Order: sequence, then C-alpha cells, then structure tokens
Amino acid sequence: MATEYAFPDNAAKTADASQEFQTEKMSVAMGPSHPSTHGVLRLNLDLDGEIVTKCDPVLGYLHRGDEKIAENMTYNQFVPYTDRLDYLAPLANNVAYAIAVEKLANLEVPARCQAIRVICCELARISSHLLGLGAFAMDVGAWTVFMYQFTEREKLYKLFEELTGARFTTSYTRIGGVSRDMPEGWTDRVLAFCDQFLPILDEMLEMLTRNKIFTDRTVDVGIITKAEAIAYGLTGPNARGSGVTVDLRKDRPYSGYEQYEFDVPVGTKGDCYDRYLCRGEEMKQSVRIVRQAIKNMPAGDYYAKDAVRIFAPPKAKVLTSMEELINNFMIVTEGPLMPAGEVYFEAENPKGALGFFVISKGGGVPWRMKIRSPSFCNLSILPKVCQNNLLSDVVAILGSLDFVMGECDR
Amino acid sequence: MFDFYFDLPLWIRLFVQGLAVMLVMFPIGAACSMAERKIAAWVQDRPGPNRTIAPILAWIPGIGFLRKLGLFQLAADGGKFVFKEDAVPGHVNKFYFIAAPIIAVIPALTTVAVVPFGAYLDAAGQVIPIMLANVDIGLLAVFAISSLSVYAIILAGWASNSKYPFLGSVRASAQLVSYELSMTLSVLPVFLWTNGPLRGETADSLLGSLSLARVVEFQSQSGFWGGLWFGFLMPLSAFIFLVSLFAETNRQPFDTVESEADLVNSFGSEYGAFKWSLFYVAEYCHMLVGSAVFMLLFGGGWNPLPWVTLADFANLLGFAHLPLVTGIVGIGIFLGKVLAMIFFFMWVRWTLPRFRYDQVMAIGWRRLLPLSIANLIAYVIGIALLTK
Repeated sequence: MATEYAFPDNAAKTADASQEFQTEKMSVAMGPSHPSTHGVLRLNLDLDGEIVTKCDPVLGYLHRGDEKIAENMTYNQFVPYTDRLDYLAPLANNVAYAIAVEKLANLEVPARCQAIRVICCELARISSHLLGLGAFAMDVGAWTVFMYQFTEREKLYKLFEELTGARFTTSYTRIGGVSRDMPEGWTDRVLAFCDQFLPILDEMLEMLTRNKIFTDRTVDVGIITKAEAIAYGLTGPNARGSGVTVDLRKDRPYSGYEQYEFDVPVGTKGDCYDRYLCRGEEMKQSVRIVRQAIKNMPAGDYYAKDAVRIFAPPKAKVLTSMEELINNFMIVTEGPLMPAGEVYFEAENPKGALGFFVISKGGGVPWRMKIRSPSFCNLSILPKVCQNNLLSDVVAILGSLDFVMGECDR
Repeated sequence: MFDFYFDLPLWIRLFVQGLAVMLVMFPIGAACSMAERKIAAWVQDRPGPNRTIAPILAWIPGIGFLRKLGLFQLAADGGKFVFKEDAVPGHVNKFYFIAAPIIAVIPALTTVAVVPFGAYLDAAGQVIPIMLANVDIGLLAVFAISSLSVYAIILAGWASNSKYPFLGSVRASAQLVSYELSMTLSVLPVFLWTNGPLRGETADSLLGSLSLARVVEFQSQSGFWGGLWFGFLMPLSAFIFLVSLFAETNRQPFDTVESEADLVNSFGSEYGAFKWSLFYVAEYCHMLVGSAVFMLLFGGGWNPLPWVTLADFANLLGFAHLPLVTGIVGIGIFLGKVLAMIFFFMWVRWTLPRFRYDQVMAIGWRRLLPLSIANLIAYVIGIALLTK
C-alpha cells in the first residue's frame, strides 16, 4: 500500500474543478544516468507537482546477453561472467553458480571447500550490504556514511585480493571446488577484520537509526506489505523487511549452512526503514557466521578429488604425470564433463535469491542457462510502490531496494 | 597617519572601501569551497584534496603543507572555472540564463555594505564600528537585498528550460519565501530589547534603529545585563534564526533545492564553468553574511567574550590607543566567530541527512512560524512588563 499523503487540496485537482487554469502532468525521465538510479536504471515518471502518479521502469541498458554467452563456453569459462552479475558481491555469485553446476553433476565438495565458500558468501554479503547501506544513506543525503562504508569495503577488498588474486572480479570458484586454498594466516586477518568491523558498523548505524531526519525520510515510506512481497516474488532483505521469513540459508541449506547458528532478521512494516534495519542486522549475523566457520574450519581438500573429469588437477601434477596432463587438456578444451539433465539452484545472495537454471545435454557446455536475478524481481514492484509518493521518496525507495543493474539486466 | 585618506572625496573613499571588502569577501567565499571539501574529508576520515601543486612552486622547499591544505587545488579549480569554455546550451533562454548567475552574486555581495565587521576606539575612547554604511535600516537592508537572491535561482531554473532545474527552482521559490518569515520574526525581540527597558544610557536619538552596529554596542555595555549576549538572553530567537539561516542558504539538511539525489544538480544542471561557480560563490557569500549577522545579533559581534568587550580587551592588552591594531584585532575576532559558524554549517552538512521537500515546508510553516510568533509575543509581554 502506497503512502497516502494528506494534502488537503491537491493543486491540480482544485484547479481542474474550478477551471481556473489548466495544469498538466510533467513526465520526467529519471535515468539512465542519474545519481540515484545506481547504474543504468531508467524510470519514466509522471509528476503531478512533486507527486509521482506513474512510475515506469525501463530496463536493459546494461544487457550483455550473459545467458546466451553461457551457451558458447565451458562451465568454468562462465565463472568470470558471474562476477559481473551482482558486481558488489562477486564471490557470492561465483559460489551460487558453482553449486548449481555441481548439483547438475551430483558432486559433493569437501567440507573445507564448503566452509571457505560460506566465508566468501558472508564476506560478500557484508560488502554488498555495506554499499547498499551507504548508497541508501547518500540518497537521503547522508554522505558521510557512504564514505565510512567504503573504508570498510576497502579492507574487505584487501582480504578478497589476498584470497583470490583480484579485488573486484574475483572468479574464485571452479566447478568442484575453489581455485586455491586460503593463504596462510588469512583466517586470522578475517577475524581481525570482524573484530574491528562491528564497532564501526554500530557507529555507522548510529548515525542513521535514531536520526530524526532519517526516520522522517524512511519510516512509512515505500511500504511493501507481506502479501505484496510474496506476490511480486521479492526475495532477500527486501522480502524480509516486509515480514516474509524467507532465507534460503535456513529454508534450503546449501554449502553446509545448516551447521551455523544465525538469526534471520525480519521487519514488521515493510517500509524503507525496515529494509534498512534488516540489512544492518544481516551484516552482524554474517560476522557471526564467518566467526563460526573459521572456528570450525575442517581440514582436508579445497576441491573434490574424486571429480577427475571436472576439476582441473593441480599444476605440479599436470607437469609431471601423463594422466593428469590429459585430464587437464580435456577439461580446458572441452570443459568439465557433465551428465545430461536439468537443474535449478537458488542461493541466498545479498540481494536475494540468485538462481541458475542449467540444461545440459552432456559435455562441457551448457545447452541453455537461465539466470534468475533477485534485482530484476525486486524491481518489478517499483511501479506499484513508487506511485503516489513524492519525487524524493522515489530516491529513498530505490536506495532501500538496493538493486544492481548488472544483475538485473544480465 | 591616514590623514591623506580622509582628505579624499567621500565617493572615492567609499569606492575604495567597497572594493577592499569585496576583494576580501570574494576569496573567502571561494576558500570556503575548499574548506568545505577539507572539512568533509575530515568528517569522513580521508585526506581530501592534497595533490595539486603548480610545477614551479614544487621546487620551493617547505611548501608541502600548502599543498596538503589543498590551496593549489583551489587555485587550479578557480582557474579552470575562468578558462573553461563557457557553453550556453541551445535550448535555454539566453538572456535570463546569463543574467541569473549575475543576479545571484550581486545581492550576496551587496549585503556586506550594511554589515559591520569590526570596531576601533577613537581618541575619546569611543567605539567606532567599521562598516561601509552605518544606516538605520541595517538589518532590514540585509533581509531585503538577500531575499532578492531567490530570483537568481528561479530565473536559472526557468531559463534553463529543462525539467530538473525547473523543479528545483519551484522548490526554491517556496522554501526561501517560507523561511524568511520566521527569520524576520525571530530577530524582532532583539530590536524590541535594544529599544526597550534596559537600553541603558543610549541617547534617545538612536532609538528606533535597526542598525547592526547598534546591536553590538548594546551587547558591549557594562553590568550583567549590558554585557550579556543576546544568544543567551534569547536562545529561542537564536535557534529559530539559525534554522532559518540553514534553509535560506540552501544548506543541508534543508538543501532540497539542489538535492543532487533526486534533482541531479537542480538549477545548476545546465550551467558550467564560471557561471556555475558564481552560484556557489554566491551561496558561500550568503553563508558568510548570514553567519556574520547571526554573530552580530546573538554572538556579541567583535567582543571576544561575554562581559568582555573589545574596548576592555584592548585596554587590558594596552593597544587601545592604536586604532589600527584595535581594528585588526576586532576584525580578527569577528572573522574568527564567523568562520566558526561556517564550520558549523559544514559540520552539519556532512553529518545529517536531508529533509524531504514537503517536510521542509511543514517545518517552516507548522513548527518554526508558530514558534517564532509565540517567541515574539512572549518577549513583547516581558519587555512591556519590564518597562512598566
């Protein structure tokens, strides 16, 4: 239900009634390059004064045809493309994709690999939520939060770089494992990050949570009811903000999420403020999961050793053993050997449920791949929730929905 | 020492004085933009602009701290604004488009004329304020002229012939007019007081004056009530004035007019180069004058501390017989206070989120205006009782 404003006499209505002067609605194109559409979203707005009477999102400015591209390359080659879906949490995308394809191959990765992936996912969640929080704060005018969170993200990027060799486009997972084990002492540095991160997060949230101006801007703005959230297929913090207790990490645990203890924060009203609170709390829960994962880090391999025709063997063996050399050659040229079949897997990404639907006819290349992107589904509610709000509220709603166009347009 | 100067015809003296004030005002306005960036950086825990340096100056040893201060960045930015191509888009109304930034700067610099910025002691020990024109209408002139600046924003938005600037200018016209009301009402108790019960040994001929110099003189009297700054005497007035000042100068949290999150750059969207920078110089000049007025009305002007006047201060340190030194110290104290206010403006800007447009209007009309009326009535009754 959109917020009803108690403007006693809407200027346009009065004017129409008395026929004193003609007024017309103004159509404004917000985006594709606009500071608060975060990327290349375009909204065609009809404005009656400052009130939005119609909001019409135009998508596709960042369409790259990722799904089609996937049909033309081996499963491993597509991993870098998943980085560029939700480019604020590339690690989480890598993991979701890898698990989807492993499900197709009926492959079970070792516990250590699963734990590493969980740490990756949760750090990516922190990174993504931090930016979401900062961008939201910036949209309602609090610049400083945006800068504070970038300092924290910088620390995260350093950890990512150490782990994966890249700060941004990590491409860390492979089908059947991850590209390399964690460097020595990395877990300690992650723990150190977690220890110093929580007070800073509290400081950031303190600047907003009880800030009268912030609550004025966000409370009761852009309300999405529970029924609407379900009807529009919202997932992730946006759905949880509306009171829908949906979290794939709890509902359909993957990658060993069932062993970790964490709470799923749920909002009551479904306004921008609830979505903000959910994100803030989720970061704290992520830290909890990371700590548990590191504490109970199992020993063992970081890739599935039995998946001979799927995971490329270590370089040292390739150079010394005939068998491994042939395997490596086959995996690189033809791709990992997959059985024919169909599989759909959804992972709880920072933005919501990221799903991969893979159809394989056998061999190393998918026959068809469909990506269910949470941002796309979350944005579908935009025309409904923006209506009858003020222009400045649209900005707050966009910020609170926290979408990424790279994933939305694919 | 300065006899030759006082022999000059009055119009030449006024011209020179006016020029001198503007030559100081304009660079301070520009330097505020660098201060803004540096304070933002400070608040946000980052270094801020600290790289730029002119190639030749880099050879001078010990100049690094100026570079770290971003001083050369300021010069480079200023130079860029002047030399960059000053494009006028094809779809704009050319005359008003060019007139708008000019109209923005003129009132911003004109208001300085009636704002005193220091004082010195003459041979008789009398405090003489330093200002361009000590006119009776004082504050009224400031309000009247500075309210003209809204035309600049309206014109800029309208002449730009584009939607976001238009929305911005509509917001500006509503917001600036709304807050002028409570701003004016909030300062009335001050002038009622200066013309009211405790006016001390003021000559009756000075009654009925809105001169800002008078207000400072009033705060420089002896005794508990005489030396009390109006900020302590009328905290509510000071608060309302301050809030209105934020709204009038379009500063966060009231900067709905140019809120870049929804209106991109609002009325500045179609502007570039020097014309764009003039809007910002005007904004900072408004802030400077606004802070100056606040400090004169509620902060004791050039008096260093409550109950310690500039004259006491000069006598204490023994430079009362040197008008030049006293003048410079007075200007320094006053400028320090004004810059502290500017710092406060910037501190607030980088800490708080922004109100929504309708909330700004609601605060102006539903909260601030009744509050300022109640405040005025309370002081009217109080002063009437005291006068009896």
